[in-house]
Amino acid sequence: MNDQAFTIDDHPVPFRRGESIMEAALLAGIYIPHLCFHPLLEPHGSCRLCTVEVNGKPLPACTTPAAAGLEVTNDTEALNQQRRTLLQLLFAEGNHCCPSCEKSGHCELQAMGYWLKMLDSPFPYLFPRRALDASHPAVLLDRDRCIFCERCVRASRELDGKEVFALAGRGLNTRLIVNSPSGRLGDSDLEASDHAARICPTGALLVRGEGFRTPIGKRPFDGKSLSETCLQRAAALLKEGKESER
Amino acid sequence: MSDRPCVATTSLAGCFGCHMSFLDIDERIVELAEAIHLDRTPLTDIKQLHHCRIGLIEGGVGSEENLQVLQEFRARCEIVVAVGACAINGGIPALRNHFELRDCLREVYLEGMGVDDPQIPDDPELPRPLPRLRPIHELVKVDYSLPGCPPPAEAIWKLLQDLLAGREPVIPSELLRYD
Repeated sequence: MNDQAFTIDDHPVPFRRGESIMEAALLAGIYIPHLCFHPLLEPHGSCRLCTVEVNGKPLPACTTPAAAGLEVTNDTEALNQQRRTLLQLLFAEGNHCCPSCEKSGHCELQAMGYWLKMLDSPFPYLFPRRALDASHPAVLLDRDRCIFCERCVRASRELDGKEVFALAGRGLNTRLIVNSPSGRLGDSDLEASDHAARICPTGALLVRGEGFRTPIGKRPFDGKSLSETCLQRAAALLKEGKESER
Repeated sequence: MSDRPCVATTSLAGCFGCHMSFLDIDERIVELAEAIHLDRTPLTDIKQLHHCRIGLIEGGVGSEENLQVLQEFRARCEIVVAVGACAINGGIPALRNHFELRDCLREVYLEGMGVDDPQIPDDPELPRPLPRLRPIHELVKVDYSLPGCPPPAEAIWKLLQDLLAGREPVIPSELLRYD
């Protein structure tokens, strides 16, 4: 029953018990920017891009349960400026070189930059040196592009029933590690058909041989904005999920 | 010299692709040439930089000479614009930051495939490379950035039109690209 509602930027949003602000918003066709959230996965609350103001208090929309009467503020210049800063930090912290990346046009990090109208990053670029893992015949792991959202970690555990990935270290030493005797992807039980291999929002995990199947200029974010694509995807997946729960 | 606003451009550690995109404004270059005075730029081959309204910088800073040119542009241009991926975040040339400079030089000039007469160039006229390639905002104040590899000609045209009219430049979303 959709008998309860809260508001996002003064629009009434219905919700079902147990839904997060993010889920209810996406089902209602309201976009809240996000990178670590994925409709098929348990929320992680780490990228902080989905931070909204709930009754005046900043909270991540993906981990905050919807509740009747909440007043949520989402699409304001102040919140989008904070999101832009978070994104600029992500770009400066990794090695995100769009011109040489085959994920360009498919990449949610890049599309988020377009959506937030990010022109540059004012921070010093760290140019970290991270190990590339090309040992798997079907999947490439380019840690330069990892933003530590743990989508692959969660997908492997929750959807694939494996535990191929984890994060190790802290702060600037955080890195994506692989669960195999050698620590190499080629020795893990990851398969190209796994959700984990395909759920990366950036070009950190790439299924080989598919990168240029869609030509540049015709890729999802070449024509459509991130919000449009995310809303369609989320609505489809979340509705499917709700149906199957009944 | 006329009283038209002066514009200068340079390519530091870039590929001149942004300049090529600039030339893709095609016949509008005539209109532009009537509205501005082109100072130091690869298009005129003028080497001496004078006081300018706008300086467009392509490329990051990879050598001592790049740094000197950049500082000169900052000192003499009222508005400095980082044009293209390399100026903004280092771009492709910054891929060398994954390695020590000495290892890059060794690979390219001493041990790489097909190297004949291996030696690391040390002519005093050659600019000395810096240990790490850096985006220009880490070294001078940058007033505006125009992303793209290269930025589309339309975006460069729009930026110049805005700046010359004294407006804050606004890049339409369809012209905003990082690749």
